Amino acid sequence: MPDLPSRLDATLNAKLFDDDVEQVAIRTGFGEGLVCAGEADARVVVLCGDLTESAQALPFKKKFPDRFVELGVAEQNMASVASGMAAMGKIPFITSYAMFSPGRNWEQIRTTIAYNNRPVKIGGSHAGVSVGPDGGTHQAIEDIAITRVVPRMIVICPCDSIEARKATIAAVTTGTPVYLRLARNKTPVITTDDTPFEIGRAKIVWRSDAPKVGLVACGALVHKALLAAKTLHENGVEVEVTNLSTVKPLDSVAIIALAKKAKRIVTIEEHQIYGGMGSAVAECLAKHYPVPMHFVGVDDRFGQSGTPEELIEHYGMGRDAIVSAAHEVMAR
Amino acid sequence: MLLTPHEKFALEKTANDIRESIIEMLVRAGSGHTAGPLGMADVFTVLYFHTLRHDPKNPGWDGRDRLVLSNGHICPVLYATMAYAGYFPLEELNTLRKFGSRLQGHPHREFLPALETSSGPLGEGLSQAVGMAIADKMDGQDGARRIYCLMSDGELEEGQTWEAAMLAGKQALHNLVALIDRNNIQIDGFTEQVMPLEPLADKWRAWNWHVLEIDGHNVEAIASAYDEAKSIYERPTMIIAHTIPGKGVAEFERDFHWHGKPPNAEQGRMALSELRTLAGKIESEAE
Repeated sequence: MPDLPSRLDATLNAKLFDDDVEQVAIRTGFGEGLVCAGEADARVVVLCGDLTESAQALPFKKKFPDRFVELGVAEQNMASVASGMAAMGKIPFITSYAMFSPGRNWEQIRTTIAYNNRPVKIGGSHAGVSVGPDGGTHQAIEDIAITRVVPRMIVICPCDSIEARKATIAAVTTGTPVYLRLARNKTPVITTDDTPFEIGRAKIVWRSDAPKVGLVACGALVHKALLAAKTLHENGVEVEVTNLSTVKPLDSVAIIALAKKAKRIVTIEEHQIYGGMGSAVAECLAKHYPVPMHFVGVDDRFGQSGTPEELIEHYGMGRDAIVSAAHEVMAR
Repeated sequence: MLLTPHEKFALEKTANDIRESIIEMLVRAGSGHTAGPLGMADVFTVLYFHTLRHDPKNPGWDGRDRLVLSNGHICPVLYATMAYAGYFPLEELNTLRKFGSRLQGHPHREFLPALETSSGPLGEGLSQAVGMAIADKMDGQDGARRIYCLMSDGELEEGQTWEAAMLAGKQALHNLVALIDRNNIQIDGFTEQVMPLEPLADKWRAWNWHVLEIDGHNVEAIASAYDEAKSIYERPTMIIAHTIPGKGVAEFERDFHWHGKPPNAEQGRMALSELRTLAGKIESEAE
């Protein structure tokens, strides 16, 4: 593959296609980001609902015990308590599993955080079917839909632990509510400290001068999209891959440019197809530059127990499913 | 005596003026809640004219006490009291629930920035007040200002209330004072028929709150309860204020049908006439 380096963004992890690529959970980057954010800004506080370790509040708790609040298993209260703390000048991060926050406490987030215009940050771990053995009750695959529909809410779905750390630090300064969508399991580290990250800015991670398809991915599936791009390249099909880590506000300039260049789009997300990132891309393109689209995601089903890899394959979100989707959309 | 006879008279007179304004507002708006606002006029009056540290001319003053209204639907009494306290002109009360008004059907702090929170969906105010009190304890501000929360009895049926109650007890939030409008009614009927709440005081004591029960129409009792709360250093205080829904207008009193509807013009005239008679009685008693 002599031209692989030129297609892959130069700031990405050079080992990302290797079998021994470093793997770190996206939620771990969130935990690191909370400590960085806490060091940089004394207003940052962290709230937790009996999931201190797994929802990644533990490093912050150890470093800043006086700025940490344990609320017990009470996510609705957590959202509104955070609103009250924000009213007194704090920048609260609420931490739990995505199924419970923003799942269970959606109305509290809508009313007491967003409608109230309080800059509370919501860290939702265990998003997607890759939660694995815990099964469908704990696999949030509706969370992008329910957060992006809330006015003022910024929705970020980082592609790896490093991007999660940067997104967490960046979330402090928005002055708005932010939802950070995080995954439980270890996934390949795609970016490096040098990869630029800006909220609201999509990033081309695999370039082509004349792509036949534009792949738009978010979360850990950005890695699957890159694997698919490599496979397609090896079979003579050029694509361009964009990491759309900020689902809202949508980088419509980048999406429209990609649609104009590739004329066909495939979206890839570990989420229900209805209402997710792909829907956001479709809303933009239907208005500004309609092109044939295909949606890789969960097709109106619930999750179940299994290994993360088994589940990604079962629900049609792996490399081969993305390659098939690219061929399908090219045939239209 | 906590209040001088003159202070007591002034508070009672103001509460009656506020009730008259509530009737006028609701008749003009053509929709809204009647029973709760009339029932809470005395509590609001004591808060804004006796208890709260606040500055209506400088509503953003950082040292102010915070007042969170959880059951936002009784906002006519909040708006009327704020107008009498000087936050905005009395004439603005006529805009309640109208397009473009700062006085939204349920309170919205972006329309009226002097409000501490937007509210309406029930059971969420106490959590926000708890968050404010925790933040002030973190910052060592818990001696400098207090967090007040006003709640209804019906909204206690929301489970979130008890999540907040537990946390407030755990954190020993002595800077938090909540008050329940115990008027025994909600939309579908009497609370004890819809969903029994008794023994209510015991429930709060069980979560480590200091609990007081008072007559919610006795301005001295209200003022005294809020003063007592300041001397409780180990736990949050809950004041259960027994009130009469629709207080001041005999036809509206204790009738749950008046929870969520406004008087029409004729009913409004009748109510105002009764309240004016009451105002005359308060004045003659003071003389």
